[in-house]
Amino acid sequence: MGANDIDLILQQTVNAVALGGTYALLALGLAVVFSIMGLINFAHGELMTIAGYVLMYCGIAGVPFVLGVPLAVASAMLAAMAMERVAFRPVRNASGATLLVTSFAVAMILQVLFQNLISPRSQPVIVPDLLGHSITIGGLVIGVNKLFAIAATLVMLVALETFMTRQKHGIAMRAAAEDFAIARLMGIRANTVIAAAFALSGLLAGVAAVLWVSQRASVDPLMGFTPVLKAFIAAILGGLGSLRGAVAGGFVLGFIEVLLAAFLPSDWQEFREPIGLSLVVLMLVLRPNGLIPAATLQAQKA
Amino acid sequence: MASLLALENFKVRYGAVEAVRGINLDIRKGEVVALLGANGAGKSSTMNGIAGLEPVAEGRVLFDGQDITDLPPEEIPVSGLTLSPEGRRVFSTLTVEDNLRMGAYGVRDGAVIDAARKRVFSLFPILAKRQGQYAGTLSGGQQQMLAIGRALMCNPRLLLLDEPSLGLAPLIVEQVFGLIATLRDQGVTIFLVEQNVAGALTIADRAYLMSSGQITRHVTADEMRTSGSMVESYLGSQ
Repeated sequence: MGANDIDLILQQTVNAVALGGTYALLALGLAVVFSIMGLINFAHGELMTIAGYVLMYCGIAGVPFVLGVPLAVASAMLAAMAMERVAFRPVRNASGATLLVTSFAVAMILQVLFQNLISPRSQPVIVPDLLGHSITIGGLVIGVNKLFAIAATLVMLVALETFMTRQKHGIAMRAAAEDFAIARLMGIRANTVIAAAFALSGLLAGVAAVLWVSQRASVDPLMGFTPVLKAFIAAILGGLGSLRGAVAGGFVLGFIEVLLAAFLPSDWQEFREPIGLSLVVLMLVLRPNGLIPAATLQAQKA
Repeated sequence: MASLLALENFKVRYGAVEAVRGINLDIRKGEVVALLGANGAGKSSTMNGIAGLEPVAEGRVLFDGQDITDLPPEEIPVSGLTLSPEGRRVFSTLTVEDNLRMGAYGVRDGAVIDAARKRVFSLFPILAKRQGQYAGTLSGGQQQMLAIGRALMCNPRLLLLDEPSLGLAPLIVEQVFGLIATLRDQGVTIFLVEQNVAGALTIADRAYLMSSGQITRHVTADEMRTSGSMVESYLGSQ
């Protein structure tokens, strides 16, 4: 193996960590909400899209990117909490199927609103030139946007880990995820913990949206759909409802996609997605409950 | 003495099934009262209804004169009543320390929480040793101690214990009953569901016998002293 091969592998590893990190953040957002209230929120992608449009409008209004980013993230958080209050609270105790269909409805309503009120077409988003640059480390040429994505993912994961294991409210969220009824018996408010789960998922979707838009410099009404579908696959792969599993699933999926794109022979490239998904299915055959199953699932099995 | 907990025509339903069919009982401050009966008699449903885990279909729950019938479960511990549920239900993915912290979730004053933790650790020294361990890795007896300890963290005036001795080794069962006596001596009023009738009768001041969702018999303190064995045979004959 020559120096060039090693460079290529390292290069693709950076790409995979950057992409996988974004999937991990999205999958975490799905997992946080699922673990608390059993809802697979397909409208999670629309939280990304909202954050993307806020970034776009900030660019148009001349708001600097460093201010646009927190505004975009905050808007995704607020949108997530509003979604919970308006759409999900009334059906909170309904079956999983009802919750799922509700989330599809929310997603479609928002998509139609984006198409009619903003534009059905892709809109450019102004991102700083710096994000388009790349830096050279050794023999590696790494895009600044990739480094930004990796750094942002790391910061988010460390902050979330600290919140979930050290802060009273984070611990309460884990308690509620394991046994919601008993958590309430401790005095943990159902409304508060569910609203907090949505706010957290909005925060994660907002950060993921900033990273996604930074790579593409555009936003369209369906922007959130594909990454959230991938994040959903990642969350299942990791073990639905398990937070560590969601992170692991996100990174594994990122690696599968990037490595297949880089190393699959060109004749095979058009089959990249099905091959990647087959690998996911194979892993699920071997580990049906995911890479790191949720505790509640283990409890049910025991 | 004033009544601390009173149930009036208290009913709990699961769909069309009436698990608790209009019971009346009251518990006075400082008492240990046992609720005894066969499986499916409605004992746990009664406990869950009082603590808010199950909605009360009809009737009233009065705690210290205050109507708590329709309070959501998260507001009930704040008022001074808490349940150590059947099957322990500790948070297995949280550490012992964090389980206790959750027990004191509604308590704002850090000094009060520290004092409650000290008290729990003095009652259960083993929990102090296992503080950093995940609750899921504890033995059954230790998990039961943690469940009771967690309930004590909010300094309840009334502690509901649902089957605290279930599934425990005889030696541990003895410890649990000894602990209940200690708690009573510390001024905690206790309402206890037990399948271990003999054990429950050794510590209870009074007992209610329950069958098919109804209270079929009230054993007063005097009767307990004179005819505890009669209660056992009564239950044994069911």
